[in-house]
Amino acid sequence: MTDTPSLPKPSRRAFLKGSAVAAGALAAGRAAASGPDPMITEVQPWAQYLGDGVDAVPYGMPIRFESHVVRRNVDWLTADVISSINFTPIHALEGTITPQGCAFERHHSGAIELSKQDYRLMINGLVDQPLVFTYADLERFPRSVHTYFCECAANSGMEWGGAQLQGAQFTHGMIHNMEYTGVTLRTLLEEAGVKPEGKWIYIEGADASSNGRSIPLEKALDDVLVAFYANGEALRKEHGYPVRLVVPGWEGNLWVKWLRRIEVTDGPTESREETSKYTDLMPDGRARKWTWVMDAKSIITSPSPQAPWRQGPGPMPITGLAWSGHGKITRVDVSVDGGKNWQEARLAGEPGSMALTRFYFDHVWDGSEMMLQSRAIDETGYVQPTKDQLREIRGLNSVYHNNGIQTWWVKANGEAENVEVS
Amino acid sequence: MSKCRKLLLATAVASVAATPALAERLGIGRAALPEELDAWNVNIMPNGDGLPEGSMSVEDGESAFVDNCAMCHGDFAEGLDNWPPLAGGRGTLTADRPLKTVGSYWPYLSTVWDYVHRSMPFGNAQSLTPDEVYGITAYILYSEGLVDYDFVLSKENFTEVRLPNEDGFYVDDRIEAEFPLFTGEPCMTECKAEVEVTLRAADLNVTPTDEEGHPVGTIPDFTVAAAGAVATDAVEEASAEDAAEGEEDVAEAAEAHDPELVAAGERAFRQCSACHQVGEGAQNRVGPQLNGIIGQPAGQVDGFRYSPALMTKAEEGLVWTEENLAELLEKPRDFIPGTRMSFAGFRDPDDVAAVTAYLKTFSE
Repeated sequence: MTDTPSLPKPSRRAFLKGSAVAAGALAAGRAAASGPDPMITEVQPWAQYLGDGVDAVPYGMPIRFESHVVRRNVDWLTADVISSINFTPIHALEGTITPQGCAFERHHSGAIELSKQDYRLMINGLVDQPLVFTYADLERFPRSVHTYFCECAANSGMEWGGAQLQGAQFTHGMIHNMEYTGVTLRTLLEEAGVKPEGKWIYIEGADASSNGRSIPLEKALDDVLVAFYANGEALRKEHGYPVRLVVPGWEGNLWVKWLRRIEVTDGPTESREETSKYTDLMPDGRARKWTWVMDAKSIITSPSPQAPWRQGPGPMPITGLAWSGHGKITRVDVSVDGGKNWQEARLAGEPGSMALTRFYFDHVWDGSEMMLQSRAIDETGYVQPTKDQLREIRGLNSVYHNNGIQTWWVKANGEAENVEVS
Repeated sequence: MSKCRKLLLATAVASVAATPALAERLGIGRAALPEELDAWNVNIMPNGDGLPEGSMSVEDGESAFVDNCAMCHGDFAEGLDNWPPLAGGRGTLTADRPLKTVGSYWPYLSTVWDYVHRSMPFGNAQSLTPDEVYGITAYILYSEGLVDYDFVLSKENFTEVRLPNEDGFYVDDRIEAEFPLFTGEPCMTECKAEVEVTLRAADLNVTPTDEEGHPVGTIPDFTVAAAGAVATDAVEEASAEDAAEGEEDVAEAAEAHDPELVAAGERAFRQCSACHQVGEGAQNRVGPQLNGIIGQPAGQVDGFRYSPALMTKAEEGLVWTEENLAELLEKPRDFIPGTRMSFAGFRDPDDVAAVTAYLKTFSE
């Protein structure tokens, strides 16, 4: 579908039902003012006095009216906040780029402060020449710029047992999407010279957890980035300043922060993070391992439980995000009746590969209850499944990789609830 | 030109010739030194590659475990609070609530050794000797019933120990097992007869809520006239008036129990809560429980094993006051050289004041 918004038309359902309220509202077109609006008729302070000068805030923060748009965690999820996770406020963001300041955090031993002066990157193992790079060294390599989503494998993991958390931030907020600047890992590996017996790499961070993971060499030489910048500025501390790994389309745990070492090996290290964690327990008691790719998924961000619709019946842009670790999103369908009938949504802009895509469904709401769902389709032809389809194969205890279709029950007052439907 | 640099160039030239497919090298960086490789190249492979010399018995390992691990994982590796159990759970992987431990789930013993060595104890990583890591690994095996109490784990016999769930994993098969089911033109109309609500998050009610009962982070209602802006300004003006009328009263009340400062302290205390508990039912963990800490002589909490460094201070008559607690919180290792407290200290003095105020609310 093209990115040209057509004028919202009354839904087929609104026509068929022809409810008095909906028909009346649509016929009247727009509300009348109950009297002159003082915001217009009276001179307001901001139109009379002066605002802040330049330099009032050398590095700006969002205006105070947006103070609700912050990362949040759920206390009971983890034992403490050092080895923990919080969630991006996706319900309150628009477009596709996630500002660093509210992009979700996942630390295993806390967010450390590592300066560019103290930063070292080692490449060792099955290479012709083990090398050490300083940050200044890394700046000499040719750079490239790419936008990718980073999704924690456990995103939506609390929803395996059934609808649990109220809000897109909590059900789907372990994701962010940034424009990265960095050096391809391939460039660095070629500088050290990979020996023919090298088949995997092992990567680790400089923090106390080290969060070591193994990646097949094929992926390492394909599109992995060693990134220094996100969204045009240095990485934030909580995102791995000064250097993190970017592993497009693959689970966030592989995106090692404060990257300090890359070892070329002949096999996987089978570290704690790829055996006891980030493996998916199946109903027969065995577990899938190396489930790296994030399958196609989508979520309606507004309306949603933290983004209730307060404007009443009439035009209502239903919007959300879609993404796939296998490439580009080609289509998103939206249902307002719990998956009984579907309509194609409009994709905003040109979808990027392994990046968030914004979709809009330009609805005209008749004020009746809705069961909102979205369904992503990617360039491989994969169609986002329902949660029950996933449960049928994976049971309830696989923790990770829940990409099932989400349902929001939108009530007549515009408030929404996280539910599951038959 | 240094010898090292010559060697690097020679190697680079040789291998570029040997692998013509690779791009031309740029000569950036320097050769890693053997000492540097020894320091960082410490990951252990499933076949035991990378293990250093060393050994320890289960018995000695138990002591090391109790000293370094039990405060979170329990004396018997059973796990305390939300911290992970390390033993038990065999036969539960198909149950409703599987318990995934070293014995029930982990495939390789190398992973245990590697993780304990590099990332544990939480808050004091890389502080254990190889012998201690062998001992702690041996004790975990013992607590799972996989070895006897007289067992000694060493580099030599390491790979003889196999974990029960080694064969419990298979490589991701989603492409074969799931993609065919989830591919193809999806249904668009009349895809099902009935749509009934089967599960509701509202029934569980586990999402944190704001003052109005909405999920936290709910977008404020801006369809009503400028309520937020007016209300905030009004509050600011009112409090400014109050302050002007009775500055002394306000200052006094704030000092006794400033709710904002205490709330800030509660937030800042999260940095402490990995190791310290405070409040009703607080127990000793990595660090002692902190009820009534201000005014208390140092080193007096029942059942906590303090560092010799702290006990020396205690014997010298250290009593915790707001002032010396603030010094400790700024730089623990400067205040008590040799303390086991692994926290680096608060950078922001406001956090120190806030945490002190917070702790004061838990006087016994």
